[in-house]
Amino acid sequence: MSLLEVEDLAVHFGGVKAVDGVSFSVEPGEVFAIIGPNGAGKSTIFNLISRIYDPTRGAIRFDGQDLTVLKSHDIATLGIARTFQNIELFDHSTVLDNLLMGRHTHRTTNFVQDILFLPRVRREERAHRHKVEEVIEFLELEAYREKMIAGLPYGVRKVVEIGRALALSPRLILLDEPASGLSVEETQDVAFWIEDMRRDMGLTVLMVEHDMSLVTGVCDRVLAVANGKPLAMGTPAEVQAHPDVQAAYLGTGAAA
Amino acid sequence: MRVVFKTSYDRDIDLHKDGIHRARIAVLLAVMAALPFLVGTYYLAEATNTLIWALAGMGLMVAVGHTGQVSLGHAAFLAIGAYTDSALMEAGLPFVVSFPLAGLATGLFGALIAVPAVRMSGIYLAIATLAVFVIVEEMVILLEPVTGGVGGIMAPSISILGISFDRYGALQNFYWLVLTIVALVTWGYANLMRSPTGRSFLAVRDSEVSARALGINVTRTKALAFGLSSGVTGLAGALMGHYIGFFNYELFSIFISINLLLVVTIGGLGFIPGAFLGAILITGVPQLIAILRDGLNASIGLDLSTIPGLDTMIFSLILIGFIIFEPTGLYGRWLKIRAWVELFPLARRDMFRRQKSYLKTERMK
Repeated sequence: MSLLEVEDLAVHFGGVKAVDGVSFSVEPGEVFAIIGPNGAGKSTIFNLISRIYDPTRGAIRFDGQDLTVLKSHDIATLGIARTFQNIELFDHSTVLDNLLMGRHTHRTTNFVQDILFLPRVRREERAHRHKVEEVIEFLELEAYREKMIAGLPYGVRKVVEIGRALALSPRLILLDEPASGLSVEETQDVAFWIEDMRRDMGLTVLMVEHDMSLVTGVCDRVLAVANGKPLAMGTPAEVQAHPDVQAAYLGTGAAA
Repeated sequence: MRVVFKTSYDRDIDLHKDGIHRARIAVLLAVMAALPFLVGTYYLAEATNTLIWALAGMGLMVAVGHTGQVSLGHAAFLAIGAYTDSALMEAGLPFVVSFPLAGLATGLFGALIAVPAVRMSGIYLAIATLAVFVIVEEMVILLEPVTGGVGGIMAPSISILGISFDRYGALQNFYWLVLTIVALVTWGYANLMRSPTGRSFLAVRDSEVSARALGINVTRTKALAFGLSSGVTGLAGALMGHYIGFFNYELFSIFISINLLLVVTIGGLGFIPGAFLGAILITGVPQLIAILRDGLNASIGLDLSTIPGLDTMIFSLILIGFIIFEPTGLYGRWLKIRAWVELFPLARRDMFRRQKSYLKTERMK
């Protein structure tokens, strides 16, 4: 069974059909990319999955569970983590604290136990810390562990955001333009990490990306969208060769 | 500069990063505990007042400094705490029961009004909490059987296990009682900030959308923070009532709300020690101005007490100066001085150049 199923998804903002009849499914262990020109509705699809927007019609199912009936803060509990196109980190906290915040869904103590800092809270903190250290090691963030986010360079923040999503120990990770604004070397690092996430962590990856080298390098399947409508789906090479996709990117004249 | 080598995760989880840090806190506590033997009654009363203000400041710090919610209504929570405690004691409950109940009641009230209020933020939340304050003030006047109306009430004398903790009869004991309560609350607050609950507060403050994406229920977290904030403020209110002795609704005026907001901003938003530094400044500076004025009168015969509003003006100038020149607050200044001394002579001026990034609370969005 598919891990994530999206069926005839649509969201209209007044007369604007931001997403209009998009269907796809992501298999467990797959790396799936959504591509498309600016304003195609890629990030909107992400925001529909994380329940920031309510869909006008259509269904989203994760592991058989209907997501559209859930609140946005329930999505993470199911094991879906995400990053944001414009980095949304907690600027006034350290890298370590940001990653620890990613462990929120795994806490079992309540605020009274926290205020008294019972031995159980400490045991759990150690366990969270252990998981976070694994992420720090994986993403090579050791040098920044105790730095405030506000003072970090863009590329590092981008990585910290991936780290925060990984700290959640998710089953599905949504990466919204993980390579935007990164240098060629940094993009290559991201490609290796995505490979490792799939191979070593058994993660399923759904991403929105403009960088075609990254998409062709790591993705199994690609969905191209334009103006909220699906254009083509298939392997990166198939989608790139599809005349509708070329028309959407380059104009109708170029496809001829 | 001292470097602490971390050999286990516990180094980061512990409240104190090393033995020296722990010893410093112990010395501070010892000096505070020995204060009744070191200073006279006047200063001991002032110290008690400062501690109560620090407690109220910590209450507001949870909301403003750590969760990004501005409140202009915290004087209302002081009032609810004070009146609830007095009413419960009048009904025959001992202080050890009435005091926590007063905090609990204020906390529940705060959490209740927070559920609709926290959907707003910044200046809108400030106005909403101001409205709550006005309502509570009117309620205090109307509920005459409990609150004494405009006339006010006398706070009952505190007695635990037969020992008097009366503010006038046994000031030393009252001071120790306040100190113990403040120390316990500070400990709990510090625990909270190193635990998942405290981190969820910070998460909600800095980015609601990613807090949600991480599975944090933003509305519930804000309501919990606001409830804890008003609960602690309620405890401070109960103590303030006992400290003043005889009080009516005027004790909890809107100026108290504003002063509390100054305590946390001037002390340093988002730092627990900031609440203490701010409380020292707010309670200490008016006293200092009065002492200087009397000294001036005695030494060179210049009598400034005939000029109305001079105290308030000097006090205001100091506050404005702080907000312009040291927006990170007293605690931020202290961190800079400490870094300068630790790095001497290697510190550079531009090391502390202010980053153009604000807490959401400051942006008043």
